[in-house]
Amino acid sequence: MQALTDGSRLMTESLVRSGADVFIGYPITPANNLYAYSKNRFKTFLAAPDEITTMQWMCGFSIAGHLPVTATSFPGFSLMMESINMAYMMELPMVIVLVQRLGPSTGTATCGAQGDLTLLEGMLSGGYNLPVLATSKANDCWTLAEKAVKTANKLRSPVVFLTSKEEMMTQFSFDLGLLEEISPVKRTFYSSDETYYPYKRDENAIPAFLPVSSNKHQVRITASTHNEQGILEGISEAALKNTLMISEKIEKNLGSYLDYELDEKEDAEILLVSWGVTANAVREAARELNNSGKTVSTFIPKTLLPLADVYVDIITKYKHIVFAEENHNSQLKKLIYGARVPSNVHCVNKIGRMIDPMEIIEEVKKHG
Amino acid sequence: MDNQFIINEPLPFCKGCGHTVVSKSTEKALQKLQLNPRDVVLVTDIGCHGIIDKAFATHTVHGLHGRSVALGSGISAGLDNPDKKVIVFVGDGGATIGMQHLIDASHNGFNMTVVIHNNMLYGMTGGQPSEFTPEGFKTPTLPEGAQHAGYDICALASEAGAAYVKRISAIGDISDELAEAFSRKGFSLLEIMEICPSYGVKSNPGLKLKQLMKNAGLDEKVYADKEPRAYKTEERSETSSLLSSKLKIEKNYDSKLSKPIRMFLSGSAGEGVQAAAELFIRAGMKSGLQVTKKGSYPVTVGVGFSASHLILSPDEILYSDSPQPDVMIVSSKDGLSFARKQVEKLDENKLLFIDDSLELPETKAKVVSLPFREEAGARNAMIYALFHYLNQSGFMPMEALKEVFGNSKISGNKKLSELVSGKF
Ligand SMILES: Cc1ncc(C[n+]2csc(CCOP(=O)(O)OP(=O)(O)O)c2C)c(N)n1
Ligand code: SF4
Repeated sequence: MQALTDGSRLMTESLVRSGADVFIGYPITPANNLYAYSKNRFKTFLAAPDEITTMQWMCGFSIAGHLPVTATSFPGFSLMMESINMAYMMELPMVIVLVQRLGPSTGTATCGAQGDLTLLEGMLSGGYNLPVLATSKANDCWTLAEKAVKTANKLRSPVVFLTSKEEMMTQFSFDLGLLEEISPVKRTFYSSDETYYPYKRDENAIPAFLPVSSNKHQVRITASTHNEQGILEGISEAALKNTLMISEKIEKNLGSYLDYELDEKEDAEILLVSWGVTANAVREAARELNNSGKTVSTFIPKTLLPLADVYVDIITKYKHIVFAEENHNSQLKKLIYGARVPSNVHCVNKIGRMIDPMEIIEEVKKHG
Repeated sequence: MDNQFIINEPLPFCKGCGHTVVSKSTEKALQKLQLNPRDVVLVTDIGCHGIIDKAFATHTVHGLHGRSVALGSGISAGLDNPDKKVIVFVGDGGATIGMQHLIDASHNGFNMTVVIHNNMLYGMTGGQPSEFTPEGFKTPTLPEGAQHAGYDICALASEAGAAYVKRISAIGDISDELAEAFSRKGFSLLEIMEICPSYGVKSNPGLKLKQLMKNAGLDEKVYADKEPRAYKTEERSETSSLLSSKLKIEKNYDSKLSKPIRMFLSGSAGEGVQAAAELFIRAGMKSGLQVTKKGSYPVTVGVGFSASHLILSPDEILYSDSPQPDVMIVSSKDGLSFARKQVEKLDENKLLFIDDSLELPETKAKVVSLPFREEAGARNAMIYALFHYLNQSGFMPMEALKEVFGNSKISGNKKLSELVSGKF
């Protein structure tokens, strides 16, 4: 069934079908479509008076056993940051959709960008990671939204779902018949009669969850450094271990939410790498190049953080690697290579507009 | 009386700290109300008062500095259960940085009780003044004393809609006052005045709390006591899918298009540019084409330019921008100033439709200059221009555009409808 839609509509519908039950938000362009759709679609919708309140309410709802979602852009996200650290530390399931726009600061609200990846990498004090998933095409709004909800529940963690203005606001024709069935997340809460330890972990380092509605067990939720009972303990061995185990949980279970698209062509010596809104320009550039007899492979990571080892394995096989990102400093490249970028790594960067596939093709042509 | 709620002693406060009075009286108050520890959620802020959570047998949530009221609001709304009591312990410091949350919770009437431990300074960080520090009150970092009065949170919360508000001092047994506040539905607030022995007493030797309150006009009294407007969380059982069959666009025409057409429409905000663009791509879909529409506009939607990039293609569209459009349609002055550079870059294979009232920029493109605005009116100039463009290019049936136009609100404009049916 062909329909005219936008990414926000697909994403909202998928989030709800996946089992997210509350949307809490504060308006900001370019996340407003998500806000508007959510108002009609979520079981519960709350308009918060600001983004700090948004995140705190979300944490409250999560503590009460709900699975909340919000959508914002950098100015709002930056206000949420301390509370997202809190949600990480408390280990509260929720999804935060970050719709990138041109920064710094309030920047240009109506212009897209891919400028917030390195921010996400460094946003937790101590350098820990949250799962970050990123849309790269229309269908991702559907499948990754489900993955975001289910990962948040499974890992008992906030998940950042990264996207951008054009991905959320551009309208496009789309065959709704292609959308896969989504089953709602099954939430299981701690049910044993034995004493409940809110941060005692299973073999996957994931602690069982119990909302504060429990009539049976005491639930302690804490943002400060705490032991497995949820008791603030300063730098005791047990408390520091718990802090490390939260990050262990995110890293260890990466396999369960790892997602990327790899189109490898035999004999290709050049790999095009991108994510988010520029992924389609890369796909189009590759289609043109491959049609014209110049073979290139493409690699589109969708799970951006934590970075998977396999990404490095994929990339290092190639003679030339071309990164295309709508930012000024190739943030994915920066995450992968740090300060020392090998000379066979090349970049196409633009700010203020989408990267044209022609610009990627021109860069490729420079390298054989 | 045995403790049921405080299970870890000694309490973590300096000798003589009012926070101890509040905690011990809370134990008593909860017992008086015959609450079960599992029916109470104690949310604590960051500050000396906040490290109490480990002493309590209730559910406990220890959050950020200043955010406990918002966090408690979320828990209360999330539980949405009048049998569960959400209590927030916050300091005057937390109430200062998180004032918005207090006003907001009062305003919304969240079911909870906020207990402000007002010792008129930041205890945990070494005795700096807060916005609650009364005139003349000294602290270690403010030896000259506060220059003006502090916030009257009781007055503010009452004004914002709190159901029950009272100010008391942390002297003796205050369990009756706490029990009264805890038993209220909706939002209740108790401001409890204290002097911090470690910083407040030392900086203000000989000062008596009661005297200070009297001088500062901080009366011990009930500020609000009214029928609660208790918050109820909206929870709809069924909402309708965003992907209903109403979205379906049936293909009932054929297009001759063999490669994508990229279009750039530029006009003025409020002149129906986006709506016209959407009609055009809907017609494309009716003709079996794939389409994208990317909008560009300033943040204020009612002024300045409004532009739309369209792609119509027989095949899947990946990249949805059109930096080198095949066709540009410019319907207004604002539209021209936004699109001028692009117009100038068009080559001889490109097409420009432009309103004839506009000064024509230098361009190699084939130009069609017609009185769109004059004939159809400013608000309909873009859709009218699109009719002209389709009439000339013919890449999809005119009937497709006429059909979507006929089903749209715009066709309610009689003049435009007649113009369209007469010409095309
Ligand atoms: C966002 C933020 N800013 C500053 C601090 C540092 N801080 C910790 S407690 C506190 C003030 C505590 O004063 P109050 O809330 O009155 O509680 P008290 O210690 O007096 O009980 C401050 C400023 C912090 N933890 N977080
Ligand atoms: S520093 Fe002051 S507020 Fe903090 S515990 Fe000691 S007496 Fe109480």
